[in-house]
Amino acid sequence: METIKPLIQYLAVLCLSPLLLGIINRVKAWFAGRRGSPLLQLYFDLYKLSYKTSVYSRTTTWLFRAGPIIGLGAILCALAALPFAGRPGFLAFDGDFIFLIYLLGLARFFTVLAALDTGSSFEGMGASREIQFAVFAEPAFFLSLAALSKATGRLSLSGMFLALEPASWQAAAPALLLLTAALFIILLAENSRVPVDDPNTHLELTMVHEVMVLDHGGPDLGFILYGAALKLWFFGALIASAVLPRHSGSWLYDGLAFLAMMAVIAAGIGVVESVMARLRMIKVQYLLMAALVFSVLALLFQTGR
Amino acid sequence: MNTFAELTIVFIILLNLALAVSGSLSVCIRLAAVQGVAAGLLPLLAAGGVRGRAMAFAGFIILLKGVVFPWLMFRAREKTGARRDVDPLIGYPASIMLCLGAFAASSWLGSRLPLPHSSVAYIVPASLATIFTGFLLITTRAKAITQVLGYLVIENGIYIFGLALFVEQPLMVELAILLDVFVAVFVMGIAIFHISREFDHIDTDQMAELTDWHRPEDAKW
Amino acid sequence: MVTALLTLPLVAGLAAFIISDDVRRRRLLLWTAAGHSVLTAALFLQRPGAGCGTSAAAYGEWFGLDELGLIFLGVTSALFFGAAIYAVCYLELEKRDPGEEADEGFIFNNAPEAVFTGCLLLFLAAMTAVTASRNLGILWAAIEATTLLSAPLIYFHRHKRSLEATWKYLLICSVGIALALMGNLFLGAAGLKSDLGLNLDALLGGAALLDKPLLKAAFLFLFVGYGTKMGLAPFHTWLPDAHSEAPALVSALLSGALLNCAFLGILRAVQICGGAGLADFSGGILLLFGLLSLATAGLFILGQRDYKRLLAYSSIEHMGIMALGTGLGGGAVYGALLNAVGHSLAKAGLFFTSGLILAAYKTKRITEVKGLLGRAPKTAALWLAGLFLITGTPPSGIFLGKFLILKEAIVSGRYLVAAVYLVFLGIIFSGLARIFINMTFGNRENQATDEKVFAEPRGMVWPICIFFACVLGLGLYVPVWLDALLNGAQFLIRGVP
Repeated sequence: METIKPLIQYLAVLCLSPLLLGIINRVKAWFAGRRGSPLLQLYFDLYKLSYKTSVYSRTTTWLFRAGPIIGLGAILCALAALPFAGRPGFLAFDGDFIFLIYLLGLARFFTVLAALDTGSSFEGMGASREIQFAVFAEPAFFLSLAALSKATGRLSLSGMFLALEPASWQAAAPALLLLTAALFIILLAENSRVPVDDPNTHLELTMVHEVMVLDHGGPDLGFILYGAALKLWFFGALIASAVLPRHSGSWLYDGLAFLAMMAVIAAGIGVVESVMARLRMIKVQYLLMAALVFSVLALLFQTGR
Repeated sequence: MNTFAELTIVFIILLNLALAVSGSLSVCIRLAAVQGVAAGLLPLLAAGGVRGRAMAFAGFIILLKGVVFPWLMFRAREKTGARRDVDPLIGYPASIMLCLGAFAASSWLGSRLPLPHSSVAYIVPASLATIFTGFLLITTRAKAITQVLGYLVIENGIYIFGLALFVEQPLMVELAILLDVFVAVFVMGIAIFHISREFDHIDTDQMAELTDWHRPEDAKW
Repeated sequence: MVTALLTLPLVAGLAAFIISDDVRRRRLLLWTAAGHSVLTAALFLQRPGAGCGTSAAAYGEWFGLDELGLIFLGVTSALFFGAAIYAVCYLELEKRDPGEEADEGFIFNNAPEAVFTGCLLLFLAAMTAVTASRNLGILWAAIEATTLLSAPLIYFHRHKRSLEATWKYLLICSVGIALALMGNLFLGAAGLKSDLGLNLDALLGGAALLDKPLLKAAFLFLFVGYGTKMGLAPFHTWLPDAHSEAPALVSALLSGALLNCAFLGILRAVQICGGAGLADFSGGILLLFGLLSLATAGLFILGQRDYKRLLAYSSIEHMGIMALGTGLGGGAVYGALLNAVGHSLAKAGLFFTSGLILAAYKTKRITEVKGLLGRAPKTAALWLAGLFLITGTPPSGIFLGKFLILKEAIVSGRYLVAAVYLVFLGIIFSGLARIFINMTFGNRENQATDEKVFAEPRGMVWPICIFFACVLGLGLYVPVWLDALLNGAQFLIRGVP
C-alpha cells in the first residue's frame, strides 16, 4: 500500500486539478449574481477538444507543435516532485525545488517560443509581457522557496513541508507569513489571474497569457488548458502545504484536509478576482515587485535568526 | 506575545517599502501615521506585562503620531494646495531597491552591534531601516511637505530604536523630546505655509538661490 | 539661582508675545537681558574656591553648572545683553524703514516685533538650559528647542531668501539633532548594564563601566548630530545661508552663542569618552573634522562674494579650530576654550558691524561695498579692528587661543597637523584681509556728491566697542577668575589638571 500511495496521490492531482478552475468560476459567478458555468465545465471542454483535429498554420514549424506538449510534460514532471498533504511525491530529492523552478521556466520558454513561432504581432506582444512579468515572478518564487528551505532546514520540497510544524509557525511567523503572501501573488501572476491578467478578456490587446495560445486548437489547446489547471494546482498546493502544517498521521484525514484547503484557496482566488479590478499594465510590476520584496524579507528574516 | 511584536516589526518594514513606492501625498501621510501607531503599540506587545505608565505613554504616543501629526500634515497640505504627487527625484523601483538594500545592510549592522539582547527579533534592523527610509524621503522627494514626512519617519525609527534598546528614559526627558518633535512639526508646517505663499510652490529643489557653488551665468556677482 | 536664570527669560519671552506696546516690549527685552547678566555675574561670584576643578554644586537632578557650563553661560549672557541693546536700536530702525532688498529690489515686510522679541527671549531661555543641563536628555531637548526658537528669528525679514535659509536651517538641524538622539540612546544602552541612565554625573562617575563599542557608536552619533548644529565641515551647509539671511543681531547670537551651545553638547560626549578611556578615539575624530572645517572655510572664504557669508565661513573656521584644540588635548583644550570665548565676542561684534554696513549700503555684495572709510568712518574703524581681532593678530585674545593650540600640536609631535593648521590660518587671514581692506578703502564709483556720512546709532556702536575691548583685553591679560574657570573646564574635559 505504502508504495502505491504516492501514485494514488498523483492520480488524484491529475483528476482533481481542473475542478479548481470550476470552483473559481462558480465563486465569481456567485459574486456577480449569475448561475455560472457548471463546476465540471473544464472537463467537458477538455473532452470536446480531445476529439477535434488540430489546425496548423503553414508559417509555423515544429516549435509550434512542441510548445503545448513540452509545457504539459514539464508541469506533469513538476507535480511528481510536489508533496501531497505533507507526504512526499515520488520524485522527491534534495534540491528538487531548484529543479521545479527550471521545469516551470522550461514550460514558459517553450510556450513563448511557440507563440513567437506563429509570427503574429499579438502573440509576440503577449510573449513579451509574459517574460516581463516572469522577470520579477521567477526570482520571487526562487527566493521564497529558499526562505522556506532556510526556515525548515531542508533541501527538498517534500522535506520542507514535512518539517513544517505548527511550532515553526510560532517561531518564524513573520518569514512564513511573508513567503505565503509572496507565493499567493506569484500564484496569481503565474496563472494569469485577475490583478495581473484577465483570463476572460476577449480583446487581444489586453491579453497576456491567452493571446499567446490563440493559434492553438484541438488537442493542443486541450494540453494547454490542462497544463494551466495543473499549474494552478501546483501553486495552490504549495500554499496549502505552507498554511496547513499539522499532520495527524492518518493519510485519508490529511488528504481530505488538504483537498478542503485547496478548495478554500480556489475560492479565495475567486474572491480576489471578484473584488479587484485588473491592474494597469504599468502597475503589475509593482505587484510583482511586492512579491519579490516579501520573499527577500522572508529570506533576510530567516538568515539573520 | 513576541510573535505579535515580530509581526508588527514586519508590518513596519513593509510600511517603509510602501512609503518608498507610494506616489500619493495623502497616502504617504497616512502610512507614516500608521507606522507611528504601530511603533506606539510595540512596547505593549513586546513587554508582555502591561504597566500603568507604559500604557499611558503608549497611548500618548499613539495619539500624537496617529492623530495629531497626520492632522497637522493634512492641514499643511490643504493650506498649500499641494494635492498632487510626491514628486520623487528618483524612480520608485530605485527607491524600493534602496530601501530593501538598506534593510539588508541594517540586518548586517544589527547583527554586528553588541546591543543588549532584545527579545523581539529584528527590531534593531527595522528601526535602522526606518531611519534610512526617512532620509530617503528627505533627500529624494522634491516637496517640502514630504521632507517633514521624512523627518517624522526618522523620528518613528528612532523611537523604535529606543524601544529596541529598552533605554528607560526619565519621563521628563521623554516628554521634552515629544514636545520638541511636536513643535518641530508645527513650526515646519508654518514654514511650509510661508514657502507656498512666497514661492507659489513647495518644491525645495528650486530653492537654490543661496549657495556658494555659483553657476557661470551669474558670474556678475 | 539657576531656576531664576531659567525662568526669567522664559516668563519674559511669553510676556513679550502679549505686550502690544513696542516701547514697553523693547524695555522688557533690555531689562530681562540685564537681569540675566546680573544673575549670571552673581553665579560667577558665588562659585566657591577657584581652580580646584570640581564640578560645581548641582541644583537638583536636572540642572547645575560646572565650570564648562559657566563659561558658556557667561558668554551667552554677555552676548545677549549686547544683542539686546543693539536690538532696541535695530528694531527702531526697522520700524521706520522696513527693508528693501537692494540686491534684487523687492520690498518685504518684517515679522511682527512681538514674535521676534518673544522668540529672542525664549531662545535665551533655551540656551541657558543647554549650558545648565546635567542630563543629556535635557541637553538634547534644549538644543533642539534652540533650533526651533531661532528659526522664526532667521525669518525676520519676510522674503524668499530668508525663507530658504530658514527652511534649510530647520530641516538640516532637526535631522542632525535627531541623530544626536540616536547617540543618546546608544549612550543609554552603553550604560544599561550598570544602570547609569543619562545623568551626566552618573555617567562620568561610572564611565569606566560603559560598554566601549556602544560608547563609540554613541560618540559618533552625538558628534554628527551636534556637529551639524555646530557647523563642522561636511555638515555645515545650513550655516552660511542662515547667518547671511538673518538680521545682524540674530547672526551674532547664532554664531557667538548657539554654535557654542552645540559645541558644549560635543564636549559633554568628549568628557564621557575621556572618562571611559576613549580619549584617543574621540580626539582623533575631533582632529579630523576640525581640520576639514578649517580647509572648507579657507577655500570658501577665498572666493566669497557676500560679506555676511564671509563671516559665517569664518565661524566655521573657528568651530574647526575649537574642535581641533579639543581633539589635540593637553594645553590645547585651554586654548580651544579661550578661542571659544574670544570668537564669540569678536564675531558678535563683527556681525553687529556688518549690520551697520548693510544699513549704510543696503547690499551684502562685497564688490559693491567700497570706500567704507569715507561713507561711515566709525563702522570702517570697527570693521578693520574686527578683522585683526578675529584673525588672531597678536594682541587679540584669539591669538592666545590659536597659539596654545599650535604649541600643543608641536609639543605632542603632530607636525603635519601643525603645518596644515598654519597653512589654512594663513590662507584664511589673507582671504579675509583682502576682502576687508577692499571694502574699507578704495573709491566708490558713481558716488552721489551730496551724500552724507552715515550716522551710526550709538546704541549699535557701543556693544561692538565693548566686545572688541574685551577680546583685546583677553589677549593682554586673562583675569585670575577666568583663568581658574578655564583651568577647571580643561580639567573636566581632560580629566587631569
